[in-house]
Formats: sequence, C-alpha cells, structure tokens
Amino acid sequence: MKNMKWNKVLVIGSGPIVIGQAAEFDYAGTQACRALREEGVEVVLVNSNPATIMTDREVADRVYIEPLTVEFLERIIERERPDGLIPTMGGQTGLNLAFQLAERGILERCGVQLMGTSLESITKAEDREHFRSLMNFLGEPVPPSVIVSEVGEALEFAEGIGYPVIVRPAYTLGGTGGGIAQDRESLQEICKSGLQASLIGQILVEKSVAGWKEIEYEVLRDGAGNCITICNMENMDPVGVHTGDSIVVAPCQTLTDREVQALRTSSRRIVEALGIEGGCNVQYALHPERLEYVVIEVNPRLSRSSALASKATGYPIAKVAAKIALGYTLPELTNAVTGKTSACFEPALDYVVVKIPRWPFDKFSDADRRLGTQMKATGEVMGLGRNLETALQKAVRSLEIKAYGLLLPELGDLSDEEIIKRCQKPDDQLLFILAEGFRRGFSLERIQKASRWNPYFLLAIRRIVKLSNELQTTTWQDDLLLKAKRMGFADREIARLWETTEKELYDYRENKGIRPVFKMVDTCAGEFEALTPYFYSSYDQENEGIPSPKRKVVVLGSGPIRIGQGIEFDYCSVHSVLALKKAGVETIIINNNPETVSTDFDTADRLYFEPLTLEDVSAVLDLEQPEGVIVQFGGQTAIGLAKPLAERGYKILGTSIEDIDRAEERGLFDVVLNAIGAKRPKGGQASSLEEARAVALQIGYPLMIRPSFVLGGRAMEIVYDPAELENVVNRAMADFPGQELWMDQYLVGTEVEVDAISDGENVSIPGIMEHLERAGVHSGDSIAVYPPLTLPEPLKERITILTTEIARALNVLGLLNIQYVIHQGEVYVIEVNPRSSRTVPFISKVTGLSIVDYATEVILGKSLLELNLPLGLWTVPERVAVKVPVFSFSKLHQVEPSLGPEMKSTGEVMGVDRTYEKALYKALLAGGFNMSAHGSLLVTLADRDKQEGLSLVKKFVDLGFRILATEGTAKALREEGIEVIPVEKLHQGSTEITDAIRQGVIQCVLNTTTHNKKQASDGFAIRRTAVEQGIPCFTSLDTASAWVHVLMSFLPSLMPLS
Amino acid sequence: MAFLVLQDGTMFEGEGFGAWPEDFEKTQAGEVVFNTSMSGYQEMITDLSYSGQILVLTHPQIGNYGWHDEENEADKILLRGLVVRELSQGEGSEHGDRSLEEFCKVQRIWGLKGIDTRALTRHIRKEGTLPGVFAHTYQQGMKYWEENPQNPMDMEKTKHWVYKATVQESYEIPGSGPYVAVLDCGAKRNILRSLQQRGLRIRVFPAWSSAEEILASSPKGIFLSNGPGDPSDLPDLVKTVQILLPKLPMMGICLGHQILALAAGGKTYKLPFGHRGGNHPVQDLRTGKTTMTAQNHGYAVEADSLASTGFEVIYKNLNDGTVEGMEHTQYPIFSVQYHPEGAPGPDENMELFERFFAAIGA
Ligand SMILES: Nc1ncnc2c1ncn2[C@@H]1O[C@H](COP(=O)(O)OP(=O)(O)O)[C@@H](O)[C@H]1O
Ligand SMILES: Nc1ncnc2c1ncn2[C@@H]1O[C@H](COP(=O)(O)OP(=O)(O)O)[C@@H](O)[C@H]1O
Ligand SMILES: [Mg+2]
Ligand SMILES: [Mg+2]
Repeated sequence: MKNMKWNKVLVIGSGPIVIGQAAEFDYAGTQACRALREEGVEVVLVNSNPATIMTDREVADRVYIEPLTVEFLERIIERERPDGLIPTMGGQTGLNLAFQLAERGILERCGVQLMGTSLESITKAEDREHFRSLMNFLGEPVPPSVIVSEVGEALEFAEGIGYPVIVRPAYTLGGTGGGIAQDRESLQEICKSGLQASLIGQILVEKSVAGWKEIEYEVLRDGAGNCITICNMENMDPVGVHTGDSIVVAPCQTLTDREVQALRTSSRRIVEALGIEGGCNVQYALHPERLEYVVIEVNPRLSRSSALASKATGYPIAKVAAKIALGYTLPELTNAVTGKTSACFEPALDYVVVKIPRWPFDKFSDADRRLGTQMKATGEVMGLGRNLETALQKAVRSLEIKAYGLLLPELGDLSDEEIIKRCQKPDDQLLFILAEGFRRGFSLERIQKASRWNPYFLLAIRRIVKLSNELQTTTWQDDLLLKAKRMGFADREIARLWETTEKELYDYRENKGIRPVFKMVDTCAGEFEALTPYFYSSYDQENEGIPSPKRKVVVLGSGPIRIGQGIEFDYCSVHSVLALKKAGVETIIINNNPETVSTDFDTADRLYFEPLTLEDVSAVLDLEQPEGVIVQFGGQTAIGLAKPLAERGYKILGTSIEDIDRAEERGLFDVVLNAIGAKRPKGGQASSLEEARAVALQIGYPLMIRPSFVLGGRAMEIVYDPAELENVVNRAMADFPGQELWMDQYLVGTEVEVDAISDGENVSIPGIMEHLERAGVHSGDSIAVYPPLTLPEPLKERITILTTEIARALNVLGLLNIQYVIHQGEVYVIEVNPRSSRTVPFISKVTGLSIVDYATEVILGKSLLELNLPLGLWTVPERVAVKVPVFSFSKLHQVEPSLGPEMKSTGEVMGVDRTYEKALYKALLAGGFNMSAHGSLLVTLADRDKQEGLSLVKKFVDLGFRILATEGTAKALREEGIEVIPVEKLHQGSTEITDAIRQGVIQCVLNTTTHNKKQASDGFAIRRTAVEQGIPCFTSLDTASAWVHVLMSFLPSLMPLS
Repeated sequence: MAFLVLQDGTMFEGEGFGAWPEDFEKTQAGEVVFNTSMSGYQEMITDLSYSGQILVLTHPQIGNYGWHDEENEADKILLRGLVVRELSQGEGSEHGDRSLEEFCKVQRIWGLKGIDTRALTRHIRKEGTLPGVFAHTYQQGMKYWEENPQNPMDMEKTKHWVYKATVQESYEIPGSGPYVAVLDCGAKRNILRSLQQRGLRIRVFPAWSSAEEILASSPKGIFLSNGPGDPSDLPDLVKTVQILLPKLPMMGICLGHQILALAAGGKTYKLPFGHRGGNHPVQDLRTGKTTMTAQNHGYAVEADSLASTGFEVIYKNLNDGTVEGMEHTQYPIFSVQYHPEGAPGPDENMELFERFFAAIGA
C-alpha cells in the first residue's frame, strides 16, 4: 500500500545531455513524476536542463531549473521541505547528489527521507570493495582484480591470475589510458599510460573476460521482496565493447533456458541481497561455451538499459519503480498495458528488438572511432521485427547514416586484410565490415575468429548479404520480393539492387498487395487482450493496427540523439502531440528512439515505433489515412521527409513544401530576401573546385563553406586563404557528393537568434537571444542570453521587422527560427529554419509559455489573434536567462575541442535569475565550469587574437591568477607589463606543458587556434589534455571573458597594497 | 505447401519441416496450444504434458541455440506438432549436439514454419483452445474435420494420453535416502532430478499401478507427476490416489495436483486457452509474496469444489485468480498447479521440494 507519509517528494534530474547520460533520464523522470502525481503526491523537480519534458510545469508541481550542485539542492530542500527524495531517476548524477546530500547530513537536518532503494544498498552496489565482498559472500563470481599504483604490482597480479587482463585507470574523466593486455610487454605499456592518465595515479587491473557474451538483466523489486526480471538483453558485440556502444538484442537469442535461468536467479539474488526497492540493472559476462559467468557491474537505479528494456517490452519500469518508492508492492499494481493483469509478471516478447548506438563520428572525422570500455555514442535507435534480420535492418535505416541495408560503399575500397583487421578491432562500422566480409565470400569461421561474434548473429548478417546477392541477379520476382520484405529489406535497398527507383518499387509492391501489417507490443505475446496502442510493422498476415474513424494527425519524431539534433526536438514533438490532444485531435507519433518521452506509449494516442524513412512513414500513413502530417517539430529528420512525402500525395500540415524549399534553397531564398530588402552575407554556390575559386574571388576572404541541407553546421568551415579553400572543397565534395556548396562572406559580429510563430499573416516573436561568442561559433555551441544583453533598441526593432517580413514572405504556418549577425551596425540574415529549433524549449521555459503548443494550434488553423498572442516582439519578463552548451570532449579521444562553425556540444543547461551575472553564474556552474577557480592560467594566443587577448589576461591577473604562457604569447604579455612564467612548447621536445596540466599545476587554459586543423600542433595537445583533465579550456576569447566577468563579480580579488 | 487448418475453418499456410511427409495422403491432428516462454523450446518439445497437442511457440525465432541432448525432459515424444514463425538452424551455441530441425526429423515431429504465429495465438486466445490438423491443402484439412468432428485429444480415449506417456514398467533410481514412490503420468526429467537432490531412493511406477502394489513397496512418501490430458478422464488413477490419500505424505505437480483434488472430492474444469509460459505470477496466500512460475496446463481445479475436501487453497494465480496450489489441513499433503522445477522457466520455487523432503524425513 502507499505509505501515507509521502506528501511531497523531490525528484532530481540528470542535468545536461552528455555521452553516457542522455534523454533516457527525461523519459524515466517524466514517467516517475506522472506516477507520483497520479497518487496525489506533490512533486518538486530539479534539473538544469531546460530541453526536457520533466521540467514542464505540467509534469511537476514545482520546477527548479537550477544547477545540480549540493549547495543549490540544499537551498531547495530547505525551502520546500519535501518528505522524501527519489535518488534513482536522475542517472549517476542524481544518485551522486543524493549521496552527498545524505552524507553531509542535509537530508537528516531537513527531515527528508530517501525513498525506494536505500543509501546502504546504493553504497553496497557502487563501492567497489563493498560490492566485491557482497559478491563473495553470495558466491557470485566477479573477475579478480586489484588496484595498483605501480607497474610492478600490476605485473605481479597478472602473472598470478594469467593473461589477458584489462586495465582501467581510476578517476580519469575520459577512460583514457586503459586497454586489454595480452602479455607482460603490453601490460607494462598500458599501465604506464594508465597511471599517467589517472588523476590519483591508480589503475584497476582486472582479469579480462573479453570475448565472452555480454548479457544484461533488468530487475524490479518491491519493499516486500517481490522481485521480477523485466527483460534480458544480449550484446551482439562480445564483452570488451561498452554496452552503451554495443548492438543489443532483446530478449537474449543464443542462451539456453538453463543459462537464462542461471543468470536470472543470480540477478535476483544480487538484487535481493542489496535490498533494492525499485529498478536495478545487472551486467554479466557469460562464457560462450559453458555455463560459467561473472558479474561485471550492478547499477542500482534506472539506467539507459532500463529505458531500452521499457520500450522493448512495453513495461513502464520508471512508473512502477516510482510506485514502489511510494510503498506499493508489485502484486498491488496493475499492468498498464493490459489494464487487467498484474504488474507483477515478466513480459513475454513475440518479436525481436535490436538497438544500435548512434555515434558522432560523422561529425568528428578526426575522432578515434574504435570502441572499447568507454562509451562514445550520443544516442541510439531501436528496431522491432518478427525476426532478427528485420529488427536489425530497421535499426540500421533509423540511424540516418545513409545506409538502407548492410552496405557502406566506402568499405568496398578496403583490402581483405583491412577487413579482417577491423573485425578484430571493433569500431562504429563493424556491422558493415562484417557484412562486407561476407560479401567478399569470407567464411563464417574466418569472420567469427576475427570478430568473436556469436555465429548466430553472423549468420543473420550473412543471410542478409546472401539475399541481397540473390536480389541482384533475380529481379522483379514476387516471391523473392516478399522474402526480402520479410527479412526487413528497405524498398530503397531493393530498388538499388533492381536498378530502379524507390517510387517504382513502391508502386509495384502496392500493386501486388505486398504490404506490411502492424503488430502490437503488448507485454504478453498475445496471451491477454491489450489496450496499448504501441505498434510496429511486419510482413505478416494479421493487422492489429485498426485505425479509428476520428480526426487524426501524425507527428514525426526526430530519431536518434546526435550532435546537432538533440533532445530539444523530442521536447517539441511531445508538445505538439499534447497540443493536438487538447484540441481533440487523435495523435499518432512515429519515432525510433527508445530513450525518449515521445516513444512512451501513453504520450500520443498511438505510437508507431518505426524508422523515419519515406517507406516506413508511408506505410503508417497508408494505414491511418490521417488528416495530415506535422513535420516541423522533428528537426531536420522530419523536415527532410516533407518533400518526398508530399510527392507521394500525403498532406503536410503547416508551412508548405514550396515555402520550406524557398527557405532552404539558397537561390530561392535570395529572391525572398531581396524582395523585402534584407541583407545577407555576400555569397555564391559552387559544385566544383573551379567554381568555388571563382566565387571566392568575388566575395573575398575570410569566407565560410558548407553543404546545403545539413544540420548542425556539419562540414562547415571558415577559410582564410586559397590553399585552405582547395582542401576544404575537396573534402566536402567527397563527403557530400552531388551537393551544392554554399559559400559566404564570413562576417565578424554579434550573432542573435530568434524564434517566432507565424500564422502566415501575423508574426509573434517570443524573444531574441544574443550570443556571447561572436558569429563563427555555431549557435548551438554559443552561450545565449535572453533578453539580449547589448542589442540597442533600433536593432531589436529592425530584427522584429525583418523576422515578421521573412515569415510572411515564406508563408510560414507554425514555427521558424532565424539567425542573424550584426556586422558593423547592420543586421544580416545568416539562416532561416522553417521549423522548430534547438532554442524553443529554452525560450518556452523562460517565457513560461509553450511555443510549440501555440504553433500547433496555428497549424490546425487558428490565427494568432484568436490565440491572443501578442504580435511582434513579446515584452520581456523581469528576469535574465542564459543557456550554456555542454560538451562531451573528454569521452571522444582525438576530437578537437575548439569552437567553430561546426556544432560540437551534446547538451545544454539554463540559468535564470534577476541579473545577467547571476544567471550566467548559475548557467556556467550548471554547465560544469569551476566557478571558484584560482591558481594558474596557461595562455596561448593566436597572432590575430593577441591584441584583444591582452586586456582579458589582465583581468585574470587582477583576479589573482598566476600567468603561464608559451613563448610568443609570453613576449606579447610581458611587453604589456604582465608578469609571465614562460613554458616550453611541446614541439621543442618538452612535455612540460601537458605534464603541468596533468599534475594539477594549471587550473585553467586559454588557447585560441589558428584555423588550420593541425592535430599534431601544440595547441591541440594542450586543449586535449585540459579537457581530459576536466579543467576549463577556453578557445574563444568571448567565452573566457564571460567566465572572468562572472568571477570578477562574485569572487573577491587579491589586492596587495601598492 | 503446408497448412494448419483449425476445426473452425481458420487456416494458416506455411512451410513444413521435420517429419512433414512426402505422402500427400497423410494428415496429423492435435489440440493447438501456445506457450509464451522466450527460451526453452527444447524442454517444451520434450515435455510429455504436450502429448497429443500441436505446440505453437510465440517467440518468433526458435532453434537459435541448437539441441543439447542432455536437456531433454523425456525420451519419448508424444507431441503431435510444432508451429514456429521462424526456424533457426541452431548456430548460437557452439556446443549443441544437433539442430532442432534434425531432432524433429529423427523424432518424427511434424513442424510448420513461416506462419503468423501471433495471429494464431490471438485466435486461440479469443476462441479458446481449438483442434487443428496439419494438411497439404486447405481442402484436405476441411475434409479431415468433416470425417473426424471430435477433438483429436478425445479420440484416443480408449487409451488416455497418460497411459502412453507413463513408463511401461516400474524402475528404480538408486539412492541412500528415504524411499519415495513416483506415480508417473509423464513426469519431466527435471522433476525426478529435483527429487534426487537429497539422495532419495526413487521408484517410478506406471500410471496403472495399483495402490496396493505401491504401498507394498513401503514408501515414505508419494509423488504425483505432471502429465497430459483431461484429469477427469482418469477415474482409475483418481481411485488409486484416493486409497493412498491419507496414508502417506504426498506432493503433486500439475496433473498430479489435479488428480489429488479429484481424489479428495474436488472438481476440475477446462480453461479457455490454458496457461503455458514462464511468466505466470503466483501469490502465496499465506504471505502475500508473489513468484514467477512456469506453467503448462489446460485444466484447473475449481476453488469452491475444495470446500469440504480437507484441502485449502494456498496459492492463486494473480492474473485470473485460478487455483495454483493447495495443502491439506491435517496431513502433510500438498500440490501445485505450476512447475516449481522450471525447465523451462523460473525455478524460484524449488524450496517446495524441501517441504516434501521434510515431510518424509529426508
Ligand atoms: N573484466 C573485464 N574484461 C573485459 N571487458 C570488461 C571487463 N569488465 C568490463 N568490461 C567491458 O567494459 C564495459 C564497461 O564496463 P562497466 O563496468 O560496465 O562500466 P560502466 O560503468 O561504464 O558501464 C563493459 O560493458 C564490458 O564490455
Ligand atoms: N556568413 C557568416 N558570417 C559569420 N558567421 C557565420 C556566417 N554563416 C554562418 N556563421 C556561423 O556559423 C554558424 C552555423 O551556421 P548556420 O548557417 O546557422 O548553420 P546550421 O545550419 O548548422 O545552424 C552560425 O551559428 C554562425 O555562428
Ligand atoms: Mg556497464
Ligand atoms: Mg544555425
């Protein structure tokens, strides 16, 4: 029963999206908050991430968008005096915070009790020593390991237990310096680098079980001891690749029942012994040939895997975990999916689920793409099918990496040896490498030996390759076509093999009546009648997705979380659905991302968990026959589908295709701007190097180059001279063949951004955001301030007028986003996005009005006047909000951390307060900046920044910083009378600088780059070392100025008597 | 071409495998039931409780980890057919003895693959368990039902499935512990293995053995096994158990549980589509604690009918409230409808055997 003592409960979110902690916690937290409120509990929510549904005022009773630090939480607790705190919904961040709050006695002092899993349980699971002794006590095997601080100790240990061993440095932020050692020699080497990388000079050496099967169990237990496993999952990649970077199948496919039960029993014993009350994840390594296993890890909280398990099975883990925290037992709860049977049961799946991670290497071409024990993916997709091949192929085409089958053409150039080598050393393309191997006729044994993948999975890949070979030789054959569709082949892939168009294939297929049906995810494999409208497609007999006769609209989601298209778009899709529901329209969502709120089965009236491709979306539309499709909230993924869908005759709601084109196609767009007298940087288009050179001559240097139709400033570069131009153009042509290149004059100036709602006639502008970094740093990577900080009134007016006119000229119905640069007092248009943008949640949170809801109503036919929205620029509330981007550089080796026109951040935080300084302080703090830094600053300035940098460095001096600088910079600073300690450059053969950073001698780095990407350069090494050690590393003078400005306002300075 | 034609005329077209014959004259009928376990096809296929039935596995990929002979639940196969969405060749586990398909061939099991098993499952769920026939054409299937309108399970009433499933001659499993008699109706091997844990000496009796014969061997306790078919069609067996009833400690599983209820004067009835799977929540009414159980039964004990039998319901199914177990208020006699020994499925109720061991002093 519900314990009556919980009247008010605090829920902690997980903060900004970073690699390893993404949208899954918005999903879990939102579901938990709803479950609590359903029980009449008052919910107080804290999260620093504005781009979340959980921070909506409809989700919690009181929402604090504040930094996730102990100090802020203490103040919130003191003020709100909740009865309880649920620590397990906000990932590792939430768990750590709850832990600190308890440890410091804050919870006790304020009378707050931890709900669900207790602190002792968490400690037992998280603390290495506690955990080991508990496992020993239970007789549950763990791999033997030691923590050592000397190479010798490591060797001794390894010699004792035998090779291979795995080395994992303690307390590094990037998992740098680890690896698997096969012998004495390699262990020596790995230990040395590991010890160097560790902040505390310690490494963990553990018996390696690489190559075993990696298996996960998701367990739920209540306070009365009822304990169930929701789902087991099998990694296709054997142990050695982080589960977050593994292709995962659910349920386990290659385990005998004996193995399944042995691990199930083990996981329940562990969860029981830990005394978990809520969700828990247990990871195992299972020997591929005999029933022998070791426990790898236990996460005593909701996790990425629990989100996946929820979506894979339909079982709402977070909701039930929240109810358990309130005191309910599992048998007291009902299975929300059937509405009748008990929640105390284990889901049975009658389909196969495949999750594939989405990696950021398309954006970071220089990154080390190899996969290991450190997660690198930013997001993931899930495919559901009635066989492994279908689930796998659906997931592949959901990735949006231009692969519609198991083929990446560029791999065709690799030699056979290279293929085998890459099977041995997995990277993000492994799946395609394996397929390429089979395409070349490699034997199963050969590929299996190299990759150590289970033959069952390899054979599925081989079946796909074989069938595609068959399709190539036998064309227009109906049985074969049906067979291919049943194996999950995309129309587009079959069309490629049959040398026809996707459209022709689709028509042919329709003609023959070869169409998918839709099956329900019902948690019980059809045993009970289910109510959940959660569907996936299958080439099968019976269709269960029976459309309703109601008025309905489809909203397209935004697919996997990736750099440039993050959780913000899921926020927008969900809001559009909510607004449609409010308007009495039946809502249908299509999306493929298991981490999100949009794919929770009770968000929309109907959920189709399908790839966001023309074919898969068409199939849903053919079945549902909705009034139309809304594409403007699902980021570039959804917008990109608008035109092809319209060409097939489906109705796009909101801004028309023609108008979307007019905004996105440069030539058409110029006509629009000219007509209203708006300026834009001089520019031109080129589709060859010669053309590019000609355009450059015309517009002059510096200039910016980018391919059209790409989100996130991908492949966008600032070019300073003809040599760079040649480089950049050649690379872009190779990466984006057939695409036009846009070339623009690079204008230095302040960048501002506007989101607006338009009904085609009138325009309402919720706000203007000013970027702290000058144009040239991608808007997604800039610190944005609302309301604008320095923008004079006339310019605001000009921007309002321009925005209104552009919206009108483009007949925008719904949202649009415009970026401007103020260059020498003039407003220039950089870009117009005829859709919802990354900043929409931010501006919604500051203004307190959900912009997407209004836009959705406009799309349904309401006018702004009917909605009572102010026309033109809204009046500004009495507060300042600052958005700070958050990066995951420490996890991505070899990636250049300096800011530029290509977006690199993975998430964002918001700070709101009465003054700019306070808001900025909070946002920076929430973004992970050290706001009480003092000590030494290392400065290296590019020549063109030297002049401007001097005054900035002086401020650091005033704050009491000691200044270290490389030769040239030191000289320039000394000339200005600044006391500097010179340090030797790396290429002079010294590692003085990087060592100093590692040893904690340097607290902060200011390093601006020259614009050639020379990785070997000193600057790169300095920046990488800094981000890996987690100290502030400024690559833009503007960001550093902002930080110093805040420190100067809040930190007392050091002032010796003169 | 291969068809499954249900008695109500519903048909599914797929591909035959296993013992599907070349001979176009042949058909094979059985009662169609589904099981929702996601692993353990091998244990299910060799479970004699499926005698006379056509088993539909709801998990869509079957055969993934091959066939491991030592995990068979019985040597003889009385399953009438197997229906899967997709048949794998058994490459997942590198140490299998053979593939599922090969096993089906050798053991003469008719297999049907490539059909929409979910549609079939939903049909059974809505309409209740139905007889079905494997046929080479739809017409052939329909003709079969015209000529054989009765349920194929009942057709062989002359000899109940239990008498085919049981051992033909009694045999002993040596052990140093107390001696227990197992009345075999088609016992799963894992039940016998579970009884052996404490070194019990076990004698397995054919289902037609008389109470006198069993008592003459002076057992310390009696175990009633699982088995196929309708318990109310087994009057002789019920009578035997009636005689044994108050005399010795007893434990029953599945059909054994139903027989025990009938022997005590209770009643059984047919469930609409049975319980078959590894995820059935069973609540212990004494503690409120709920466990996951493996189940495989088409009949159940009527709760009200136990009123004056001396038995009390101690376990119930959390989904539909059906009786999952009972114990005698006076004697050390108890039984469960589910399978505490798992295989396949959760084995978290193994301690039930401990209770039995305690009752016989093992
Ligand atoms: N002893 C080991 N030998 C080989 N690989 C291992 C071992 N322990 C862990 N790994 C690999 O490292 C990955 C990450 O380890 P884990 O302890 O789960 O860390 P995290 O907290 O990042 O999830 C695992 O998913 C597994 O693939
Ligand atoms: N002509 C220009 N002059 C100066 N900066 C520019 C110019 N064009 C683009 N930028 C910078 O590059 C960033 C990314 O360009 P944008 O066109 O907005 O691409 P995306 O489609 O990735 O948002 C902008 O935020 C801005 O800082
Ligand atoms: Mg892990
Ligand atoms: Mg932009």
